[in-house]
Amino acid sequence: MTEQSEGPRIDLNQLKAGGFIKELGKDLFSVRLRVPGGRMPVSRLKKIVEVAEKYGGEFVHLSVRQSIELVHVDYRHISDVAEELGLVRQKIASCGARVRVPVACGGCEYNPKGLMDTQKSALEIDAKLFGTETGHHKFKVAFAGCPSDCPKSATNDIGFQGAVLPELDGETCIECGLCVKTCTVGAIVAKENEKPTFISERCIYCGDCIKVCPSGAWKARKSGYTVRIGGKWGRNPLIGTLVATFLPEDKVVDFVSAVLAWYRENSKGLGRVRLGDVMIGKGADALLRDLRQRFPDYVVETAMPPHVIDTQIGKRP
Amino acid sequence: MHTVDLRGVCCPANFVRAKLALEEFETGEEVRILLDDGEAVKNVPRSLKEEGHQLLGLKQMPEGHFVLELKSGED
Repeated sequence: MTEQSEGPRIDLNQLKAGGFIKELGKDLFSVRLRVPGGRMPVSRLKKIVEVAEKYGGEFVHLSVRQSIELVHVDYRHISDVAEELGLVRQKIASCGARVRVPVACGGCEYNPKGLMDTQKSALEIDAKLFGTETGHHKFKVAFAGCPSDCPKSATNDIGFQGAVLPELDGETCIECGLCVKTCTVGAIVAKENEKPTFISERCIYCGDCIKVCPSGAWKARKSGYTVRIGGKWGRNPLIGTLVATFLPEDKVVDFVSAVLAWYRENSKGLGRVRLGDVMIGKGADALLRDLRQRFPDYVVETAMPPHVIDTQIGKRP
Repeated sequence: MHTVDLRGVCCPANFVRAKLALEEFETGEEVRILLDDGEAVKNVPRSLKEEGHQLLGLKQMPEGHFVLELKSGED
């Protein structure tokens, strides 16, 4: 560790890249750490504690988007903080009109409900698209491993939700009735002592039938992500609209890139505007047509605009 | 056949009790496990399958509870 006797070394470019947020107090900044998907190796956490003790306040803040934020860092120390965290490859997050650090649930490695490897997807988006300037406004991505959707994917500019389409192997079915009992949406029905029937249009792709089936008769026909676009929360919340189903894991980065390109192109001259509001202005079908050319197997037929949530505070003109 | 009665035991204690009980049996032995309707029957069979036991059948009894029959897997 270098001595601090040479005086402060402040890299102003570091400040521009975002992740250093001015606090109320004189000279003080919060430092937002980059923790894609909220997964923090314990070894790295130890170093963060060390740096926080040395340069930060009495506590750290666990942000809503899964970051650890060091508080009360004197601006003269921000380069030291970045450098010392860099020893454990801990990077600083961003703020402003950029692709933000993706949020994700624990995924499917140890969580029995998880259908897709959200941790892998979050890391991939973080590695390839984090910090990309949108030219307009922030751009948030979230990954939920299953339709329980703990990360509230549809409140992001792009939200991914793990999904599985089940199918029944009648030969293996022991007619125990557990799938009928487990399916909360009525997509599986059965008469007494008969094999169950699958009503696919009612299915929400949660995979509970596959997981509960004691004989392995329910199997995954295909799995992937349900994709919703144009969500946001904040002052004028929007719920993202469904644009694709069963998008494979290996198409996630290309899909987000294509949406970003459409957002940039279609927001020209509109200033600081979020994707969902652009979609409301231009019609969701304009984006669908664009995406369908590149992802014909996954993009849905039609889409409604992002759904406006009426907060009942403040009348809109 | 051995019977393990887990009626009235809630999740996840019923799974742990079933697991401990199954450790006492030889691999390949057939065991009958009694489970409550609801969360118990949704979770315990699946978890035991994941532990490597072979599920043979599951039937609801007129009284409302379920009888799970399985063949004990290797430890």
